[in-house]
Amino acid sequence: MIRPFGINEALFIVEAIRWTLALSAVAFAGGAIGGLIVALCRVSSVAPLRYLALGYIRLFQGTPLLMQLFLVYFGLNIFGAGINPWLAASLALTLHASAFLGEIWRGCIEAVPSGQSEAAWALGLGYVDRMKSIVLPQAAKIAVAPTVGFLVQLIKGTSLASIIGFVELTRAGQIINNATFVPFKVFGLVAILYFVLCWPLSLVARWTERRFAVATQR
Amino acid sequence: MSTTSPAGRADAAADTPAVTMEGVEKYYGTFHALKHIDLSVARGEKIVVCGPSGSGKSTLIRCVNQLEAVQKGRIVVDGIELTAGPKNVEQIRRDVGMVFQQFNLFPHMTVLRNCMLAPMKVRGVSKDEAEATARKYLERVKIPEQAEKYPAQLSGGQQQRVAIARALCMNPKIMLFDEPTSALDPEMVKEVLDTMIDLAREGMTMMVVTHEMGFARQVADRVIFMDRGEIVEIAGPKEFFANPKHERTRTFLGQITGH
Repeated sequence: MIRPFGINEALFIVEAIRWTLALSAVAFAGGAIGGLIVALCRVSSVAPLRYLALGYIRLFQGTPLLMQLFLVYFGLNIFGAGINPWLAASLALTLHASAFLGEIWRGCIEAVPSGQSEAAWALGLGYVDRMKSIVLPQAAKIAVAPTVGFLVQLIKGTSLASIIGFVELTRAGQIINNATFVPFKVFGLVAILYFVLCWPLSLVARWTERRFAVATQR
Repeated sequence: MSTTSPAGRADAAADTPAVTMEGVEKYYGTFHALKHIDLSVARGEKIVVCGPSGSGKSTLIRCVNQLEAVQKGRIVVDGIELTAGPKNVEQIRRDVGMVFQQFNLFPHMTVLRNCMLAPMKVRGVSKDEAEATARKYLERVKIPEQAEKYPAQLSGGQQQRVAIARALCMNPKIMLFDEPTSALDPEMVKEVLDTMIDLAREGMTMMVVTHEMGFARQVADRVIFMDRGEIVEIAGPKEFFANPKHERTRTFLGQITGH
C-alpha cells in the first residue's frame, strides 16, 4: 500500500531532526571531554601516553566511521549490553569525535608559542596551572574555527547511525520513503534539513577564522 | 605551601654560593652545547654572560632554572641540588626569576593579572595581597598606570618592564635575564637597562646574557665570555674590556665594539 507524501510525512521527517541534534550533542560533549584527554596525552612529556594517544587517533582516523559503528554496536551485544542503538551510536560517535578533536586540539596547543610555557615554568607554575591558566585559554581561541568545522562533519556523520536502526533524520527519511516511494522528494527534504543545520555552522567557522586572522596579524 | 625556608636552608643560605655548577655537560642530540662548565656565583653578585650566537650563553642560564636539563655534572642553586630530583626543581623554579628576550607575557591577561597569577597559584597568597604586591612592583618599574591594559597595548620596553615586575612579584632570590634588550627598538633599550641597574643596586643576584657592554661595565662584578659551549674567560669588567687574555675574547670584543 503506497501512502502519498503529504504534510504528516514531511513533519515526521522534520521532527526527527531532534534526534540528529541529540545524538550530535551527546557525541560532541563526549568527544570534547575525550578529545581534551587525547590532546593532552599527545603533548605529554610521558612517552607511553603520547604513543597511546597517537595509536588511538591513527586507529579512528584510519577506519570508516561505519565500521566503528558496527564494531561498537555488535561489540556491546557480545559484552552483554544487548542491542541498543542509542548507546551504540553515542559511544561510537564519541570515540570517533575524541580522536578527531584530540588531533585538532593537539595542533592548537602546539600553536601556542613555547615561550608561554617557558614563562609559566620560570614562574614556578605547576602542570595543571600552566595548562589551565596559560596554554589552554590561548589554544582555545585558535581552536574555535576548526572545532566548529568538525562539528559539521559530526552532524553529517550521525546519518550513519540510521544503519544500526537509530531513528534520526536519515532513518526517518528511509521509513517515509519505504511507505511513499518518492525517494527524490523525501531525500531532497532530508538533504535540505541537513544543509539548514550545517550551513550556519560553516558560516560561524569561517567568520571566527577571519576574526582570528585579523586578531593575530600584527 | 609555606614560604618560610626550613632552618637548615637558612643556615646554608648565608655561606653557600647562589649558584654552583660543577662539571656540567649539555648535549642537544650530538651537539655539545655546554662543555665542562665550572662556575660559582656568589650571593648578590652580578654576572654578565656574553659571546657569539650559538656559544651556549643562553643555555647556560637556562640550566639554572632547569628550562634545560643537563646530562652530566652538578648544579646547586641556593643550597639546593637541582640535579638530584624533580622536587628540588619545583622549589628552585619559584625562587629563580627569569626575563626573556621575547618578554613572554601572557597575552590573554591584563598586566596586573600577569603579575598576580604566579604568587596566587604557586605561593598561595590572597588576591588582595597579590594585587598589592603587583602594584608595588609595577610602580617600581615605573608603569603603574598600565596595570589594567593588555600586553599587546604596550610598547616593547614597557612589556619587558612588566616582565621584570612579574618575576619580582615572586620575590626571587636570583634573577636570570636572557638577552632582555635584544628584541627592543633602540630607544627602548635604556628604560629596560635602567630598571635592571636599579635592581642590581638593591643587591639582587643577577645572571644576565646581553650584548650591552655599557651595562656590563657599569653593573657586572664579573663578565663571562663563552664560545662554542665553553667558558673561555671570566674577569672583572675593567680587566675584561681593557685587557682580555684570550684571542677569541679579543676577536669578539673587536666585532661588537669596533665599527
